[in-house]
Amino acid sequence: MSGNILKGVPPHAGSTAYINARIVDPVADSEYTGAVLISDGKIADFGPSLFASGAPYGIQSVDCGGLYLAPGIVDARVHTGEPGEEHKETLASAAVAAAAGGITSMVLLPDNEPPFDDASLIEFVARRARQIRLVNMYAYGALTVGLEGKELAEIGLLAEAGAVAFTDADHTVGSAQVLRRALYYAKAFDALIVHLPQEPTLSGGQMTSGEMATRLGLSGSPPLAEVMTVERDIRLVEMTGGRLHLSKISTAESVTVIAAAKARGINITCDTAPPYFALNDLAVGDYRTFGKLVPPLRSEKDRRAVVDGLRDGTIDAIVSDHRPQDQDSKRVPFAQALPGGIGLETLLPVSLELVHNREISLPKLFQRVSTAPARLFGLPGGKLAKGAPADLIVFDVDTAWQIDRADFWSKTKNSPFDERPVQGRVMATIVGGRPIYCDERFATAATAV
Amino acid sequence: MTKNRKGVPRLPHLLGIEGLSPEAISGLLDLSESYIDQNRSIDKRRDLLSGRTVINLFFENSTRTRTSFEVAAKRLGADVINMDVATSSVRKGETLLDTAMTLNAMRPDAIVVRHSESGAVNLLSQKVNCSVINGGDGQHEHPTQALLDALTIRRRRGSLEGLLVAICGDIMHSRVARSNIHLLQIMGARVRVVGPPTLMPTEIERMGVEVHYNMRTGLADVDIVMMLRLQTERMQGTFVPSISEYFHFFGLDHEKLKVAKPDALIMHPGPMNRGVEIDSEVADDLDRSVIHEQVENGVAVRMACLEALIGGRRNAIGAVA
Repeated sequence: MSGNILKGVPPHAGSTAYINARIVDPVADSEYTGAVLISDGKIADFGPSLFASGAPYGIQSVDCGGLYLAPGIVDARVHTGEPGEEHKETLASAAVAAAAGGITSMVLLPDNEPPFDDASLIEFVARRARQIRLVNMYAYGALTVGLEGKELAEIGLLAEAGAVAFTDADHTVGSAQVLRRALYYAKAFDALIVHLPQEPTLSGGQMTSGEMATRLGLSGSPPLAEVMTVERDIRLVEMTGGRLHLSKISTAESVTVIAAAKARGINITCDTAPPYFALNDLAVGDYRTFGKLVPPLRSEKDRRAVVDGLRDGTIDAIVSDHRPQDQDSKRVPFAQALPGGIGLETLLPVSLELVHNREISLPKLFQRVSTAPARLFGLPGGKLAKGAPADLIVFDVDTAWQIDRADFWSKTKNSPFDERPVQGRVMATIVGGRPIYCDERFATAATAV
Repeated sequence: MTKNRKGVPRLPHLLGIEGLSPEAISGLLDLSESYIDQNRSIDKRRDLLSGRTVINLFFENSTRTRTSFEVAAKRLGADVINMDVATSSVRKGETLLDTAMTLNAMRPDAIVVRHSESGAVNLLSQKVNCSVINGGDGQHEHPTQALLDALTIRRRRGSLEGLLVAICGDIMHSRVARSNIHLLQIMGARVRVVGPPTLMPTEIERMGVEVHYNMRTGLADVDIVMMLRLQTERMQGTFVPSISEYFHFFGLDHEKLKVAKPDALIMHPGPMNRGVEIDSEVADDLDRSVIHEQVENGVAVRMACLEALIGGRRNAIGAVA
């Protein structure tokens, strides 16, 4: 992409004003033209009347020229290859891709080699984040030892080391007993458990069941594999009072069941990822392995329901579900291909389709990609507030461009959105007041900082 | 420019039946007819493909299909190489595409591929610059089987138009069923699929077929009964409870056949499991079973496919051969 990673910029000191911006305030659910003042890496002030007659002398100012400014994206589901498969993605290459994608904080899944079921790995991630010094990086702890769904991992010790939530990543805890105990035990630490609801014995298929799978001769995973686990998990939350967040909701029935549970007052939250509201199972036609994901891409009816769930708030958050796979993992027959797609650099432009299609407002979109995940995972960003960290992005919503895998900063190129025409892109990413990424068309303004 | 015979469809690859036009299918069947006579004469060999190289690349065990392709290519004068995967470097971890590229570098004119994964042949065809014939990929397609079945029916009944065909047994795992469903419907036949619900793929009715879970209604008034092989590894456990139960309800015998048209033909792609999906008396009934004609017609159909793909002076990518 036509942007630059700004690695050498020192920690921000003093004050900078971003003026003449269309400010997206997800907490206030509003959008207006105004300014944001950053001091010592934090938001010092913001609003429509701030610097309306120009920034005072002595404060550096950046004229956004009417571009949008919003809290940076908080991506709660990112897998990298470090440690274990650094040829696919390192923490450093993922951080660069995140910066280019407008993501200021990301939470790393624990399904690496070795899995994050030991406190030292949580500390390893924190140390690498300090060395890389681009976006904020947090880590999940494993929910069970080896992500095997059998014995509880050391949830307390992992939390003490900095794990922000607990999950077995793309492994579903098949045993209701194990998940029940995990939900009970985690209450002692007020820990959030994140779970992928897919009944394992029904989820062995290569794609979602239906006409497409039948035509292609690929084994299918029925959509009900999801809703039956969602229903089970809701009952376990009711029983235990634990904190559970369901990840990657992909079917219409799951959305209905979660909406009903929320209406009953059950404390449960969920997210989805762009493939599930922007693609359907036609995307795997002709055996396109970039479209092989967990859970599998569903029908158009399911996709519509996920959009509706995002609009009405049944689905709280959007995650990228970034999962790099190299050519050796994807240029093989469909059944042998490893699942997963990269998503850090496409999360914003693909999500903006919801805005362009008038499904959701910009402030609501930033509630889903920024405010809600920050709140759920207890992270500092995700909002415009005095004293909050100045994790911000400047972006444009109109520029039309085509996603091209050759332009990705990620080490691997396996995007299910390759070649998709989109609108809108990140112009600058600011973490702790410090610009870390800048599009060429915005460079003159940002380098004045 | 080309020495195409009149009416021979020109195809770069034969990856599946889905998407072929009725004209292309009729053209291939017409061409096949002309080879049946050649195959029955004493001198069976022509030099149409002399100098051409055909590689049989079989990742899955097969005796019948591979032999049929080998005989077909040799009768047209081509040089045939059989790649025995059991002893090849594929077993040493070489990927499908590496194997494809390696063979491609030896400049064959056609590669016939069978693979246990659906879509593997499509993938391979994208990476080579010779013609690729799908010899069966996973549970996806087996186009030459559907063509030889169509030729067999056409020779017996004159046309496929308006016939009622029942495909019976393990539909879910069958590439033969999928290719036949496409071909029969393209040519104007009506198709029923008959079998236990556990062996029926999801939303198969959206491929335009009628679904039956018992042989009594499924075979009623049909012109053609196509039996499918039941893979023995699927006969115990969660698909069907036992061989004897399967044969009792879904095995073809004279009793179940009574509801079909009196002159209904019986077909099977082979190899048969006698006493599992088909009773020996029915299989060997010379008045009705056309199972051996299917095998004979298979060679003719494969000769026609080879001619359509590499019989001209240009190969699949347009280079002058």
